[in-house]
Amino acid sequence: MSTVAHLNKTSNKSRRYTALDARIDALRDVMYRLGKNPSARIGGFLAITLTTIALAVAVFDAYDPVRDNNLSARYQPPDCIVGWLGSQLSGERQSLGEITCDYPFGADKNGRDIMRRVGHGMSVSISVGFFVVAISLTIGTTVGLVAGFLGGWVESVLMRTIDVILAFPSLLLAIALVTVAGASLTNGMIAIAITQIPTFARLTRSMAISIRNTEYVTAARSVGAGGFTIMRNHVLPNSLAPLIVQSTLMLGTAVITTAALGFLGLGQQPPHPELGKMLAESQPALASGKWWVMLFPGLAIVLIVLGFNLLGDALRDALDPRLRGTN
Amino acid sequence: MTTYLIRRTLESIPVIIGVSILVFMLLRLIPGDPAIAILGERATPENVAAIRERLGLNKPLPEQYMIWVSGLLRGDLGNTVRGNIPIVNELRARFPATVELSLVAMTLAAVIGVPLGIISAVRRNSIIDTSTMFGALLGVSIPIFVLGLLLIYLFGVQLKWLPFIGRLDSGIKLETRTGLFVVDSILTGNWDALKNALIHLILPAMTLFTVPLAIIARITRSSMLEVLNQDYIRTARAKGLGERPVVVTHALRNALLPIITIIGLQLGTLLSGAVLTETIYAWPGIGKWLYDSIIARDYPIVQSVTLVIALIYVIINFVVDILYALVDPRIRVA
Repeated sequence: MSTVAHLNKTSNKSRRYTALDARIDALRDVMYRLGKNPSARIGGFLAITLTTIALAVAVFDAYDPVRDNNLSARYQPPDCIVGWLGSQLSGERQSLGEITCDYPFGADKNGRDIMRRVGHGMSVSISVGFFVVAISLTIGTTVGLVAGFLGGWVESVLMRTIDVILAFPSLLLAIALVTVAGASLTNGMIAIAITQIPTFARLTRSMAISIRNTEYVTAARSVGAGGFTIMRNHVLPNSLAPLIVQSTLMLGTAVITTAALGFLGLGQQPPHPELGKMLAESQPALASGKWWVMLFPGLAIVLIVLGFNLLGDALRDALDPRLRGTN
Repeated sequence: MTTYLIRRTLESIPVIIGVSILVFMLLRLIPGDPAIAILGERATPENVAAIRERLGLNKPLPEQYMIWVSGLLRGDLGNTVRGNIPIVNELRARFPATVELSLVAMTLAAVIGVPLGIISAVRRNSIIDTSTMFGALLGVSIPIFVLGLLLIYLFGVQLKWLPFIGRLDSGIKLETRTGLFVVDSILTGNWDALKNALIHLILPAMTLFTVPLAIIARITRSSMLEVLNQDYIRTARAKGLGERPVVVTHALRNALLPIITIIGLQLGTLLSGAVLTETIYAWPGIGKWLYDSIIARDYPIVQSVTLVIALIYVIINFVVDILYALVDPRIRVA
């Protein structure tokens, strides 16, 4: 349905076109644009499917990493999957139901089921990603709103602090913070969140500054609205689109950084499964040709990040009218 | 321009002070006693006391900070915990390895990324454009360590084409002058070493350059697209100028600003990406050193490497801003 068509439809119902109607129409418009965009479809599909799998694994599969070992299955290759792929290519077309395997993605050095561990690793990555974005979004937006709206010395102090955080490459700062705080998943999550605060703070601040001088804010002030009301009713809704886009893209960054910390031994501690840690452990096995130990966790990270990045890009195209047509 | 230079210099001072305070606090923020964290739980009280003394942890915080900063200004980063060697000497020995790798990666990324971005913008929606943009998206979505392991498996383990450990084969001798092995081997006319150093660079550089390459190509494309839609481009075309002068002299020059920025910023990010790349390829630079020091709990090294990378990052940002002002006079006044 085109924009014009559903605008007409709303106006046909002989009642006033309210602010709520406008928002619903805007949302429909965005959904319509997203639906047309192939990267939104692929990204949305990947993001939703993988998040669902991660959730399902976390809820339904009680996994005890200590008891998951079977030394007789050490480095067992993913033969059945390889065989199935081979049959597809050679035209025999084995159906997926015909094959049975104990270790579909193979087993690692302790004979642990890589498929299960990738599943749990994904739920760790995705949940950490969401927490990181939630923390940095909340703190960053608050800092940006306060700085942009109050101005003066409050703004100076807050923004200089943000500048100091920005003076570090984000991965390096996360590494340094976790090193001193102690290696753990929670510390990693907090450290990554801290490094991402500046993005949201700067974004919200610039929105706040551009909005605080508009006529409708002056009008709101003149009828007695306080700073908090103006921020909540005017600044925040107007900053929503860029914040949504940034949050989606940041999910990808957070997943990569979590895995990077895990890879360096600074994230989730063994024997708990985490994708980055699994990749670090796969490096010695790689030299003797055991590719499956690395491929599946690697693929899981790439698909998660690709999903959120595609979705973020598509959201930016759909939400930001200035970019329409340039990309 | 002078006013701008002075203003921009003054603006960096609080940032540098802030960075130094944050890095200084790193060691002091360790929960519990940093001396015990370094030595482990079973350290004898005498050893703990000795480490506290050596790191100056007995003095009040502001005094510790002043001592640390005055050391920094004299080029003294303190000593390593294990071996008690001056950190500066070690840093000097390892830094060239990181510089060599980063420069090669950055040069490749810029030389390939900028033309790809321009072609994508000019031939918008062509096959080149679509595949470049998909490649760029894939490039930012593949973590460095996944790509690194994949390349090691393909080109190192399976095909056995390229080495994936260190900077030189153990049999090769090279007299070091600058620490940049490519430069050193040319200076000394050591062609075997040059060939060997170059093939050792290929995989690490390919691993490190994907993210900057992807980002440079994307920024160049969107910046070019924006400029190509401007009225003055239409004017240039209308007066009968060929496509090449339009793209190169009129469009590229004006699209250059964001491209310079992103190249500068990526150089800083490369230095931290080097931590992962160097760890994977056993590349003896400061990134690998940082990783080894984290494992060995040699916190003064962690502190120093963090400080050095952050300072380089601040300096790069500074230089980028100055370049900006040189290219675009409007910024000086704003």
